[in-house]
Amino acid sequence: MSAVELRMRRPFGLGAYLVCLQGIVWRESLRFLHQRERFVSALVRPLVWLFIFAAGFRQTLGISIIPPYETYVLYDVYITPGLIAMIQLFNGMQSSLSMVYDREMGSMRMLLVSPAPRWFLLTSKLLAGVAVSILQVYAYLVIAYFWEIEPPSLWGYVTILPALVLSGLMLGALGMVLSSLIKQLENFAGVMNFVVFPMFFASSALYPLWRVQEGSPWLATVCAFNPFTYAVELIRFAFWGKVDPVSLAVVLGCTIVFLAAAVVAYDPARGMLMRRGG
Amino acid sequence: MNFGGSLPVAAALPAALAVEGVSHAYGARKALDDVSFAVEPATFAVLLGLNGAGKSTLFSIVTHLYASKAGAVRIFGYDVARESGAALAELGVVFQSRTLDLDLTVEQNMLYQGALHGIGRREALARSRELIGRVGLADRRHDRARHLSGGQMRRVEIARALLHAPRLVLLDEPTAGLDIKARADILALVRDLVVEDRVGVLWTTHLVDEVRPEDSVVVLHKGRVLASDSARAVMEAAGTASITAAFTKLTAGDGEEEA
Repeated sequence: MSAVELRMRRPFGLGAYLVCLQGIVWRESLRFLHQRERFVSALVRPLVWLFIFAAGFRQTLGISIIPPYETYVLYDVYITPGLIAMIQLFNGMQSSLSMVYDREMGSMRMLLVSPAPRWFLLTSKLLAGVAVSILQVYAYLVIAYFWEIEPPSLWGYVTILPALVLSGLMLGALGMVLSSLIKQLENFAGVMNFVVFPMFFASSALYPLWRVQEGSPWLATVCAFNPFTYAVELIRFAFWGKVDPVSLAVVLGCTIVFLAAAVVAYDPARGMLMRRGG
Repeated sequence: MNFGGSLPVAAALPAALAVEGVSHAYGARKALDDVSFAVEPATFAVLLGLNGAGKSTLFSIVTHLYASKAGAVRIFGYDVARESGAALAELGVVFQSRTLDLDLTVEQNMLYQGALHGIGRREALARSRELIGRVGLADRRHDRARHLSGGQMRRVEIARALLHAPRLVLLDEPTAGLDIKARADILALVRDLVVEDRVGVLWTTHLVDEVRPEDSVVVLHKGRVLASDSARAVMEAAGTASITAAFTKLTAGDGEEEA
Protein backbone atom coordinates (compact mmCIF):
# COMPACT_ATOMS: atom_id res chain seq x y z
CA MET A 1 0.00 0.00 0.00
CA SER A 2 1.41 3.33 -0.91
CA ALA A 3 2.08 5.84 1.80
CA VAL A 4 -0.44 8.26 0.50
CA GLU A 5 -3.76 6.67 -0.11
CA LEU A 6 -5.38 7.68 -3.32
CA ARG A 7 -8.85 8.96 -2.86
CA MET A 8 -11.22 6.21 -3.86
CA ARG A 9 -13.26 6.92 -6.92
CA ARG A 10 -16.82 5.77 -6.96
CA PRO A 11 -17.00 2.96 -9.48
CA PHE A 12 -19.25 3.40 -12.47
CA GLY A 13 -21.99 1.13 -11.15
CA LEU A 14 -25.46 0.33 -12.35
CA GLY A 15 -26.88 3.49 -10.77
CA ALA A 16 -24.34 5.63 -12.58
CA TYR A 17 -25.24 4.01 -15.90
CA LEU A 18 -28.89 4.80 -15.34
CA VAL A 19 -28.14 8.39 -14.36
CA CYS A 20 -26.02 8.74 -17.47
CA LEU A 21 -28.64 7.30 -19.82
CA GLN A 22 -31.37 9.38 -18.23
CA GLY A 23 -29.26 12.54 -18.53
CA ILE A 24 -28.56 11.99 -22.21
CA VAL A 25 -32.22 11.37 -23.05
CA TRP A 26 -33.27 14.36 -20.93
CA ARG A 27 -30.84 16.68 -22.70
CA GLU A 28 -31.89 15.49 -26.16
CA SER A 29 -35.57 15.99 -25.34
CA LEU A 30 -34.94 19.47 -23.93
CA ARG A 31 -33.05 20.43 -27.04
CA PHE A 32 -35.81 19.07 -29.19
CA LEU A 33 -38.46 21.04 -27.33
CA HIS A 34 -36.43 24.20 -27.78
CA GLN A 35 -36.17 23.70 -31.50
CA ARG A 36 -39.76 24.24 -32.47
CA GLU A 37 -39.04 24.51 -36.17
CA ARG A 38 -37.57 21.03 -36.09
CA PHE A 39 -40.70 19.64 -34.51
CA VAL A 40 -42.96 21.41 -36.97
CA SER A 41 -41.00 20.32 -40.02
CA ALA A 42 -40.82 16.76 -38.71
CA LEU A 43 -44.59 16.82 -38.57
CA VAL A 44 -45.32 18.73 -41.75
CA ARG A 45 -43.33 16.36 -43.95
CA PRO A 46 -45.46 13.24 -43.45
CA LEU A 47 -48.62 15.31 -43.36
CA VAL A 48 -47.89 16.72 -46.80
CA TRP A 49 -47.57 13.16 -48.03
CA LEU A 50 -50.74 12.15 -46.30
CA PHE A 51 -52.95 15.09 -47.23
CA ILE A 52 -51.70 15.66 -50.76
CA PHE A 53 -49.94 12.63 -52.13
CA ALA A 54 -52.18 9.99 -50.59
CA ALA A 55 -55.33 11.95 -51.33
CA GLY A 56 -54.31 12.17 -54.96
CA PHE A 57 -53.52 8.50 -55.24
CA ARG A 58 -56.51 7.33 -53.32
CA GLN A 59 -58.53 6.63 -56.43
CA THR A 60 -55.72 5.54 -58.69
CA LEU A 61 -54.28 2.92 -56.46
CA GLY A 62 -56.47 0.18 -55.13
CA ILE A 63 -54.89 -1.91 -52.45
CA SER A 64 -56.03 -5.47 -52.43
CA ILE A 65 -56.36 -7.39 -49.23
CA ILE A 66 -52.87 -8.24 -48.06
CA PRO A 67 -51.69 -9.07 -44.57
CA PRO A 68 -52.08 -7.64 -42.02
CA TYR A 69 -55.23 -6.07 -43.45
CA GLU A 70 -58.36 -8.18 -43.47
CA THR A 71 -60.50 -5.79 -45.46
CA TYR A 72 -59.84 -3.35 -48.24
CA VAL A 73 -58.07 -0.34 -46.85
CA LEU A 74 -57.75 3.16 -48.18
CA TYR A 75 -54.43 4.24 -49.57
CA ASP A 76 -54.07 6.73 -46.68
CA VAL A 77 -54.17 3.83 -44.29
CA TYR A 78 -51.72 1.86 -46.37
CA ILE A 79 -49.01 4.50 -46.46
CA THR A 80 -49.28 5.55 -42.82
CA PRO A 81 -46.74 2.96 -41.59
CA GLY A 82 -44.43 4.06 -44.39
CA LEU A 83 -44.77 7.68 -43.32
CA ILE A 84 -44.14 6.75 -39.70
CA ALA A 85 -40.98 4.95 -40.75
CA MET A 86 -40.08 8.02 -42.81
CA ILE A 87 -40.37 10.20 -39.70
CA GLN A 88 -37.94 7.88 -37.99
CA LEU A 89 -35.65 7.74 -41.00
CA PHE A 90 -35.44 11.52 -41.13
CA ASN A 91 -34.94 11.72 -37.42
CA GLY A 92 -32.17 9.13 -37.56
CA MET A 93 -30.39 10.99 -40.36
CA GLN A 94 -30.91 14.33 -38.68
CA SER A 95 -29.44 13.17 -35.41
CA SER A 96 -26.54 11.62 -37.27
CA LEU A 97 -25.90 14.97 -38.91
CA SER A 98 -26.19 16.69 -35.60
CA MET A 99 -23.50 14.30 -34.42
CA VAL A 100 -21.25 15.48 -37.22
CA TYR A 101 -22.09 19.02 -36.21
CA ASP A 102 -21.58 18.21 -32.54
CA ARG A 103 -18.26 16.68 -33.38
CA GLU A 104 -17.10 19.90 -34.94
CA MET A 105 -18.58 21.97 -32.16
CA GLY A 106 -17.12 19.85 -29.44
CA SER A 107 -20.24 18.69 -27.63
CA MET A 108 -19.67 15.25 -29.08
CA ARG A 109 -16.25 15.39 -27.46
CA MET A 110 -17.94 16.41 -24.24
CA LEU A 111 -19.96 13.23 -24.46
CA LEU A 112 -17.04 10.99 -25.35
CA VAL A 113 -14.87 12.26 -22.52
CA SER A 114 -17.31 10.75 -20.02
CA PRO A 115 -15.84 7.79 -18.14
CA ALA A 116 -18.72 5.55 -19.18
CA PRO A 117 -17.79 3.00 -21.87
CA ARG A 118 -18.12 4.35 -25.35
CA TRP A 119 -20.59 1.71 -26.60
CA PHE A 120 -22.85 2.75 -23.74
CA LEU A 121 -22.59 6.44 -24.57
CA LEU A 122 -23.38 5.81 -28.22
CA THR A 123 -26.31 3.54 -27.40
CA SER A 124 -27.67 6.12 -24.97
CA LYS A 125 -27.37 8.83 -27.57
CA LEU A 126 -29.20 6.53 -29.96
CA LEU A 127 -32.00 5.84 -27.48
CA ALA A 128 -32.34 9.57 -26.90
CA GLY A 129 -32.85 10.06 -30.63
CA VAL A 130 -35.39 7.23 -30.69
CA ALA A 131 -37.33 8.82 -27.82
CA VAL A 132 -37.55 12.05 -29.80
CA SER A 133 -38.67 10.22 -32.95
CA ILE A 134 -41.40 8.44 -31.00
CA LEU A 135 -42.71 11.80 -29.78
CA GLN A 136 -42.93 12.87 -33.41
CA VAL A 137 -44.68 9.67 -34.46
CA TYR A 138 -47.37 9.95 -31.82
CA ALA A 139 -47.95 13.59 -32.73
CA TYR A 140 -48.46 12.44 -36.32
CA LEU A 141 -50.79 9.62 -35.24
CA VAL A 142 -52.96 12.05 -33.32
CA ILE A 143 -53.47 14.14 -36.43
CA ALA A 144 -53.94 11.04 -38.58
CA TYR A 145 -56.64 9.88 -36.18
CA PHE A 146 -58.73 12.88 -37.10
CA TRP A 147 -58.14 12.00 -40.76
CA GLU A 148 -59.84 8.72 -39.90
CA ILE A 149 -56.69 6.64 -39.90
CA GLU A 150 -56.94 4.40 -36.91
CA PRO A 151 -56.03 0.83 -36.08
CA PRO A 152 -58.82 -1.75 -35.76
CA SER A 153 -58.37 -1.63 -32.01
CA LEU A 154 -57.04 1.18 -29.85
CA TRP A 155 -54.48 -1.34 -28.63
CA GLY A 156 -52.70 -0.65 -31.90
CA TYR A 157 -51.35 2.53 -30.35
CA VAL A 158 -49.70 0.41 -27.67
CA THR A 159 -48.54 -2.51 -29.78
CA ILE A 160 -46.86 -0.13 -32.23
CA LEU A 161 -44.55 1.14 -29.51
CA PRO A 162 -42.04 -1.74 -29.37
CA ALA A 163 -41.91 -1.75 -33.17
CA LEU A 164 -41.12 1.97 -33.10
CA VAL A 165 -38.34 1.46 -30.59
CA LEU A 166 -36.76 -1.23 -32.70
CA SER A 167 -37.09 0.49 -36.06
CA GLY A 168 -35.93 3.77 -34.52
CA LEU A 169 -32.85 2.03 -33.17
CA MET A 170 -32.09 0.47 -36.54
CA LEU A 171 -32.41 3.73 -38.47
CA GLY A 172 -30.59 5.73 -35.80
CA ALA A 173 -27.70 3.27 -35.75
CA LEU A 174 -27.51 3.49 -39.52
CA GLY A 175 -27.35 7.26 -39.23
CA MET A 176 -24.62 6.94 -36.64
CA VAL A 177 -22.53 4.81 -38.96
CA LEU A 178 -23.03 7.39 -41.69
CA SER A 179 -22.10 10.21 -39.31
CA SER A 180 -18.69 8.66 -38.81
CA LEU A 181 -18.19 8.60 -42.57
CA ILE A 182 -19.42 12.08 -43.42
CA LYS A 183 -16.60 14.55 -43.11
CA GLN A 184 -18.40 17.79 -43.71
CA LEU A 185 -21.65 18.78 -42.19
CA GLU A 186 -23.03 20.59 -45.22
CA ASN A 187 -23.90 17.24 -46.65
CA PHE A 188 -27.55 16.88 -45.85
CA ALA A 189 -28.39 17.14 -49.54
CA GLY A 190 -26.06 14.24 -50.19
CA VAL A 191 -27.62 12.17 -47.46
CA MET A 192 -31.07 12.95 -48.85
CA ASN A 193 -30.12 11.92 -52.37
CA PHE A 194 -28.12 8.84 -51.57
CA VAL A 195 -29.78 7.52 -48.45
CA VAL A 196 -33.20 8.91 -47.59
CA PHE A 197 -34.82 8.95 -51.03
CA PRO A 198 -33.58 5.56 -52.28
CA MET A 199 -34.42 3.89 -48.98
CA PHE A 200 -37.87 5.40 -48.90
CA PHE A 201 -38.86 4.86 -52.51
CA ALA A 202 -37.33 1.41 -52.93
CA SER A 203 -39.41 -0.03 -50.14
CA SER A 204 -42.93 -1.09 -49.34
CA ALA A 205 -43.69 2.32 -47.86
CA LEU A 206 -45.67 3.67 -50.81
CA TYR A 207 -46.73 0.53 -52.66
CA PRO A 208 -47.09 -3.12 -51.72
CA LEU A 209 -44.28 -5.31 -52.97
CA TRP A 210 -46.53 -7.48 -55.16
CA ARG A 211 -47.43 -4.37 -57.14
CA VAL A 212 -43.80 -3.48 -57.55
CA GLN A 213 -43.16 -7.04 -58.66
CA GLU A 214 -45.69 -6.60 -61.49
CA GLY A 215 -44.07 -3.41 -62.66
CA SER A 216 -40.43 -4.22 -62.22
CA PRO A 217 -39.14 -7.49 -60.80
CA TRP A 218 -35.73 -5.90 -60.54
CA LEU A 219 -36.98 -3.11 -58.28
CA ALA A 220 -38.90 -5.64 -56.20
CA THR A 221 -35.65 -7.44 -55.54
CA VAL A 222 -34.04 -4.20 -54.42
CA CYS A 223 -36.98 -3.54 -52.13
CA ALA A 224 -36.68 -7.00 -50.67
CA PHE A 225 -33.06 -6.28 -49.74
CA ASN A 226 -33.83 -2.87 -48.28
CA PRO A 227 -33.93 -2.99 -44.48
CA PHE A 228 -36.30 -0.03 -44.53
CA THR A 229 -38.96 -2.26 -46.08
CA TYR A 230 -38.86 -4.47 -43.00
CA ALA A 231 -39.03 -1.50 -40.66
CA VAL A 232 -42.17 -0.39 -42.51
CA GLU A 233 -43.72 -3.86 -42.38
CA LEU A 234 -42.84 -4.31 -38.73
CA ILE A 235 -44.64 -1.06 -37.95
CA ARG A 236 -47.55 -1.93 -40.25
CA PHE A 237 -48.19 -5.26 -38.54
CA ALA A 238 -47.66 -3.87 -35.06
CA PHE A 239 -50.15 -1.07 -35.68
CA TRP A 240 -52.65 -3.75 -36.59
CA GLY A 241 -51.78 -5.65 -33.42
CA LYS A 242 -49.80 -8.35 -35.16
CA VAL A 243 -46.22 -9.52 -35.45
CA ASP A 244 -44.45 -10.26 -38.70
CA PRO A 245 -41.64 -12.63 -37.69
CA VAL A 246 -39.54 -12.05 -40.81
CA SER A 247 -39.59 -8.27 -40.40
CA LEU A 248 -38.85 -8.61 -36.73
CA ALA A 249 -35.85 -10.81 -37.41
CA VAL A 250 -34.48 -8.58 -40.16
CA VAL A 251 -34.89 -5.36 -38.19
CA LEU A 252 -33.38 -6.91 -35.09
CA GLY A 253 -30.45 -8.30 -37.08
CA CYS A 254 -29.80 -5.02 -38.89
CA THR A 255 -29.97 -3.09 -35.62
CA ILE A 256 -27.27 -5.26 -34.12
CA VAL A 257 -25.05 -5.03 -37.20
CA PHE A 258 -25.42 -1.25 -37.58
CA LEU A 259 -24.88 -0.65 -33.89
CA ALA A 260 -21.75 -2.79 -33.86
CA ALA A 261 -20.47 -0.89 -36.90
CA ALA A 262 -21.14 2.42 -35.16
CA VAL A 263 -19.23 1.35 -32.07
CA VAL A 264 -16.32 0.27 -34.24
CA ALA A 265 -16.45 3.55 -36.16
CA TYR A 266 -16.24 5.53 -32.93
CA ASP A 267 -13.55 3.35 -31.39
CA PRO A 268 -10.56 5.56 -30.57
CA ALA A 269 -8.04 3.11 -31.97
CA ARG A 270 -9.69 2.83 -35.39
CA GLY A 271 -9.27 6.49 -35.96
CA MET A 272 -12.47 7.22 -37.86
CA LEU A 273 -12.72 10.33 -35.72
CA MET A 274 -9.34 11.58 -36.71
CA ARG A 275 -9.55 14.79 -38.54
CA ARG A 276 -6.75 15.40 -40.94
CA GLY A 277 -4.55 18.17 -39.79
CA GLY A 278 -6.45 18.47 -36.47
CA MET B 1 2.22 -9.04 9.22
CA ASN B 2 4.98 -6.60 9.23
CA PHE B 3 4.38 -2.97 8.70
CA GLY B 4 7.85 -2.08 9.91
CA GLY B 5 10.27 0.22 8.28
CA SER B 6 10.95 -2.24 5.54
CA LEU B 7 8.33 -0.71 3.28
CA PRO B 8 9.99 0.67 0.22
CA VAL B 9 10.02 4.41 0.20
CA ALA B 10 6.60 5.14 -1.13
CA ALA B 11 6.94 4.74 -4.84
CA ALA B 12 6.91 8.15 -6.42
CA LEU B 13 3.34 9.26 -6.67
CA PRO B 14 1.99 9.01 -10.16
CA ALA B 15 2.03 12.26 -12.06
CA ALA B 16 -1.30 13.95 -12.68
CA LEU B 17 -0.55 13.58 -16.35
CA ALA B 18 2.27 11.58 -17.87
CA VAL B 19 2.77 11.67 -21.61
CA GLU B 20 5.25 8.97 -22.52
CA GLY B 21 6.83 8.81 -25.95
CA VAL B 22 3.67 9.69 -27.84
CA SER B 23 3.94 9.80 -31.61
CA HIS B 24 1.16 10.33 -34.05
CA ALA B 25 0.84 10.84 -37.77
CA TYR B 26 -1.93 11.68 -40.18
CA GLY B 27 -0.93 9.72 -43.23
CA ALA B 28 2.60 10.78 -43.98
CA ARG B 29 2.50 13.98 -41.98
CA LYS B 30 3.92 13.61 -38.50
CA ALA B 31 1.86 15.55 -35.98
CA LEU B 32 3.60 14.37 -32.82
CA ASP B 33 7.09 12.96 -32.63
CA ASP B 34 8.07 11.12 -29.45
CA VAL B 35 6.43 13.61 -27.11
CA SER B 36 7.12 13.12 -23.40
CA PHE B 37 6.41 15.33 -20.43
CA ALA B 38 4.63 15.22 -17.10
CA VAL B 39 2.33 17.46 -15.11
CA GLU B 40 2.69 17.07 -11.36
CA PRO B 41 -0.38 17.12 -9.12
CA ALA B 42 -1.44 20.57 -7.93
CA THR B 43 0.73 22.49 -10.34
CA PHE B 44 0.01 24.93 -13.10
CA ALA B 45 1.64 23.72 -16.30
CA VAL B 46 1.55 25.56 -19.59
CA LEU B 47 1.73 23.84 -22.94
CA LEU B 48 3.15 26.48 -25.23
CA GLY B 49 3.03 26.11 -28.95
CA LEU B 50 2.22 28.00 -32.08
CA ASN B 51 -0.72 27.01 -34.24
CA GLY B 52 0.06 23.71 -35.90
CA ALA B 53 2.51 22.65 -33.21
CA GLY B 54 0.46 19.53 -32.49
CA LYS B 55 -1.41 20.80 -29.45
CA SER B 56 -4.83 19.79 -30.77
CA THR B 57 -3.66 16.32 -31.68
CA LEU B 58 -2.13 15.88 -28.25
CA PHE B 59 -5.34 17.13 -26.70
CA SER B 60 -7.41 14.62 -28.66
CA ILE B 61 -5.19 11.78 -27.56
CA VAL B 62 -5.21 12.78 -23.89
CA THR B 63 -9.00 13.09 -23.92
CA HIS B 64 -9.32 9.65 -25.52
CA LEU B 65 -10.93 10.89 -28.70
CA TYR B 66 -8.50 8.77 -30.57
CA ALA B 67 -5.56 6.58 -29.72
CA SER B 68 -1.96 7.49 -30.41
CA LYS B 69 0.02 5.39 -32.86
CA ALA B 70 2.83 4.97 -30.32
CA GLY B 71 3.47 5.74 -26.68
CA ALA B 72 1.12 6.04 -23.72
CA VAL B 73 -0.76 8.67 -21.76
CA ARG B 74 -1.42 8.16 -18.07
CA ILE B 75 -3.63 10.17 -15.80
CA PHE B 76 -2.76 9.52 -12.15
CA GLY B 77 -1.24 6.27 -13.31
CA TYR B 78 -4.27 5.12 -15.33
CA ASP B 79 -3.56 4.41 -18.95
CA VAL B 80 -6.01 6.46 -21.03
CA ALA B 81 -6.21 3.82 -23.75
CA ARG B 82 -6.57 0.76 -21.54
CA GLU B 83 -8.15 2.03 -18.32
CA SER B 84 -10.03 4.87 -19.91
CA GLY B 85 -12.91 4.84 -17.42
CA ALA B 86 -10.66 5.36 -14.41
CA ALA B 87 -8.44 7.81 -16.26
CA LEU B 88 -11.30 9.96 -17.55
CA ALA B 89 -12.94 10.07 -14.12
CA GLU B 90 -9.89 12.03 -12.91
CA LEU B 91 -9.99 14.40 -15.84
CA GLY B 92 -11.89 17.64 -16.39
CA VAL B 93 -11.74 19.28 -19.80
CA VAL B 94 -12.40 22.73 -21.19
CA PHE B 95 -12.38 22.48 -24.96
CA GLN B 96 -11.31 25.30 -27.17
CA SER B 97 -14.58 25.43 -29.06
CA ARG B 98 -17.64 26.43 -27.08
CA THR B 99 -19.37 23.31 -25.89
CA LEU B 100 -22.26 24.61 -23.82
CA ASP B 101 -25.76 23.84 -25.03
CA LEU B 102 -26.86 27.35 -25.86
CA ASP B 103 -30.57 26.64 -25.51
CA LEU B 104 -30.18 25.12 -22.07
CA THR B 105 -29.72 27.09 -18.89
CA VAL B 106 -26.42 27.23 -17.06
CA GLU B 107 -27.74 24.83 -14.47
CA GLN B 108 -29.11 22.39 -17.05
CA ASN B 109 -25.72 22.32 -18.69
CA MET B 110 -24.18 21.46 -15.36
CA LEU B 111 -26.70 18.71 -14.66
CA TYR B 112 -26.04 17.14 -18.04
CA GLN B 113 -22.35 17.05 -17.26
CA GLY B 114 -23.14 15.47 -13.90
CA ALA B 115 -25.20 12.79 -15.60
CA LEU B 116 -22.35 12.00 -17.99
CA HIS B 117 -20.26 11.28 -14.94
CA GLY B 118 -22.99 9.25 -13.26
CA ILE B 119 -23.72 11.91 -10.64
CA GLY B 120 -27.36 12.01 -9.68
CA ARG B 121 -29.50 15.09 -9.89
CA ARG B 122 -29.52 16.11 -6.25
CA GLU B 123 -25.79 15.84 -5.77
CA ALA B 124 -25.07 17.48 -9.11
CA LEU B 125 -27.38 20.34 -8.24
CA ALA B 126 -25.61 21.01 -4.95
CA ARG B 127 -22.20 20.79 -6.58
CA SER B 128 -23.35 22.99 -9.43
CA ARG B 129 -24.62 25.75 -7.10
CA GLU B 130 -21.33 25.80 -5.27
CA LEU B 131 -19.21 25.92 -8.41
CA ILE B 132 -21.36 28.43 -10.27
CA GLY B 133 -21.11 30.66 -7.21
CA ARG B 134 -17.40 30.17 -7.18
CA VAL B 135 -16.98 31.41 -10.74
CA GLY B 136 -19.11 34.41 -9.85
CA LEU B 137 -22.26 33.61 -11.81
CA ALA B 138 -24.67 32.63 -9.04
CA ASP B 139 -27.27 35.09 -10.33
CA ARG B 140 -27.10 33.70 -13.87
CA ARG B 141 -27.88 30.11 -12.92
CA HIS B 142 -31.23 30.02 -14.67
CA ASP B 143 -30.21 32.02 -17.72
CA ARG B 144 -29.81 30.30 -21.02
CA ALA B 145 -26.18 29.88 -21.98
CA ARG B 146 -26.94 31.85 -25.15
CA HIS B 147 -27.31 35.02 -23.14
CA LEU B 148 -23.89 34.88 -21.51
CA SER B 149 -20.82 36.76 -22.68
CA GLY B 150 -17.78 34.89 -24.00
CA GLY B 151 -15.95 35.22 -20.72
CA GLN B 152 -18.96 34.08 -18.72
CA MET B 153 -19.38 31.03 -20.95
CA ARG B 154 -15.78 30.13 -20.31
CA ARG B 155 -16.30 30.43 -16.60
CA VAL B 156 -19.32 28.14 -16.79
CA GLU B 157 -17.25 25.67 -18.79
CA ILE B 158 -14.59 25.73 -16.11
CA ALA B 159 -17.18 25.18 -13.39
CA ARG B 160 -18.59 22.35 -15.48
CA ALA B 161 -15.19 20.73 -15.90
CA LEU B 162 -14.86 20.67 -12.10
CA LEU B 163 -18.26 19.15 -11.41
CA HIS B 164 -17.02 15.61 -10.85
CA ALA B 165 -14.08 16.84 -8.75
CA PRO B 166 -11.31 15.81 -11.13
CA ARG B 167 -7.71 16.11 -9.99
CA LEU B 168 -6.46 17.12 -13.41
CA VAL B 169 -8.01 19.81 -15.59
CA LEU B 170 -7.08 20.38 -19.21
CA LEU B 171 -7.83 23.71 -20.83
CA ASP B 172 -7.31 24.14 -24.55
CA GLU B 173 -6.65 27.79 -25.43
CA PRO B 174 -9.21 28.89 -22.85
CA THR B 175 -8.57 32.59 -23.35
CA ALA B 176 -8.86 32.57 -27.14
CA GLY B 177 -11.20 35.29 -28.33
CA LEU B 178 -11.61 36.95 -24.92
CA ASP B 179 -10.88 40.55 -24.07
CA ILE B 180 -8.05 41.49 -21.71
CA LYS B 181 -10.21 41.72 -18.62
CA ALA B 182 -11.91 38.37 -19.21
CA ARG B 183 -8.56 36.77 -19.99
CA ALA B 184 -7.08 37.95 -16.71
CA ASP B 185 -10.18 36.81 -14.78
CA ILE B 186 -10.09 33.31 -16.25
CA LEU B 187 -6.39 32.96 -15.65
CA ALA B 188 -6.71 34.12 -12.04
CA LEU B 189 -9.64 31.78 -11.47
CA VAL B 190 -7.74 28.76 -12.69
CA ARG B 191 -4.59 29.69 -10.78
CA ASP B 192 -6.70 29.86 -7.62
CA LEU B 193 -7.96 26.35 -8.28
CA VAL B 194 -4.43 25.04 -8.29
CA VAL B 195 -3.68 26.66 -4.93
CA GLU B 196 -7.00 26.09 -3.18
CA ASP B 197 -8.20 22.79 -4.59
CA ARG B 198 -4.80 21.24 -5.34
CA VAL B 199 -5.90 20.59 -8.91
CA GLY B 200 -3.27 19.89 -11.53
CA VAL B 201 -3.78 22.08 -14.57
CA LEU B 202 -2.50 21.81 -18.11
CA TRP B 203 -3.13 25.12 -19.81
CA THR B 204 -2.63 25.16 -23.55
CA THR B 205 -1.86 28.47 -25.19
CA HIS B 206 0.18 30.31 -27.73
CA LEU B 207 0.06 33.48 -25.62
CA VAL B 208 3.39 33.58 -23.88
CA ASP B 209 2.43 36.40 -21.55
CA GLU B 210 0.16 34.01 -19.64
CA VAL B 211 3.20 32.22 -18.23
CA ARG B 212 4.69 33.00 -14.81
CA PRO B 213 8.28 32.17 -13.91
CA GLU B 214 7.25 29.51 -11.38
CA ASP B 215 4.96 27.65 -13.81
CA SER B 216 6.18 24.55 -15.48
CA VAL B 217 6.33 24.95 -19.21
CA VAL B 218 6.29 22.51 -22.08
CA VAL B 219 7.33 24.03 -25.38
CA LEU B 220 5.86 22.08 -28.28
CA HIS B 221 6.98 22.92 -31.77
CA LYS B 222 6.26 20.99 -34.95
CA GLY B 223 5.27 17.95 -32.98
CA ARG B 224 8.35 17.83 -30.80
CA VAL B 225 9.03 18.90 -27.23
CA LEU B 226 11.79 21.51 -27.27
CA ALA B 227 11.76 22.22 -23.55
CA SER B 228 10.00 20.88 -20.49
CA ASP B 229 10.90 22.51 -17.21
CA SER B 230 9.97 25.40 -14.97
CA ALA B 231 9.63 28.62 -16.90
CA ARG B 232 12.58 30.02 -14.97
CA ALA B 233 14.80 27.11 -15.93
CA VAL B 234 13.72 27.35 -19.56
CA MET B 235 14.72 31.02 -19.59
CA GLU B 236 18.07 30.24 -18.00
CA ALA B 237 18.79 27.44 -20.43
CA ALA B 238 17.96 29.68 -23.34
CA GLY B 239 19.97 32.53 -21.84
CA THR B 240 17.15 35.00 -22.13
CA ALA B 241 15.54 37.42 -19.72
CA SER B 242 11.92 36.69 -20.57
CA ILE B 243 9.93 33.62 -21.44
CA THR B 244 8.81 35.35 -24.61
CA ALA B 245 12.39 35.71 -25.77
CA ALA B 246 13.15 32.13 -24.74
CA PHE B 247 10.16 30.85 -26.71
CA THR B 248 11.12 32.85 -29.78
CA LYS B 249 14.70 31.65 -29.59
CA LEU B 250 13.73 28.01 -29.11
CA THR B 251 11.23 27.91 -31.92
CA ALA B 252 13.29 29.98 -34.35
CA GLY B 253 16.33 27.72 -34.24
CA ASP B 254 14.27 24.89 -35.56
CA GLY B 255 12.68 26.73 -38.41
CA GLU B 256 14.33 25.10 -41.39
CA GLU B 257 12.85 21.68 -40.82
CA GLU B 258 9.85 21.10 -43.01
CA ALA B 259 8.07 17.93 -44.00
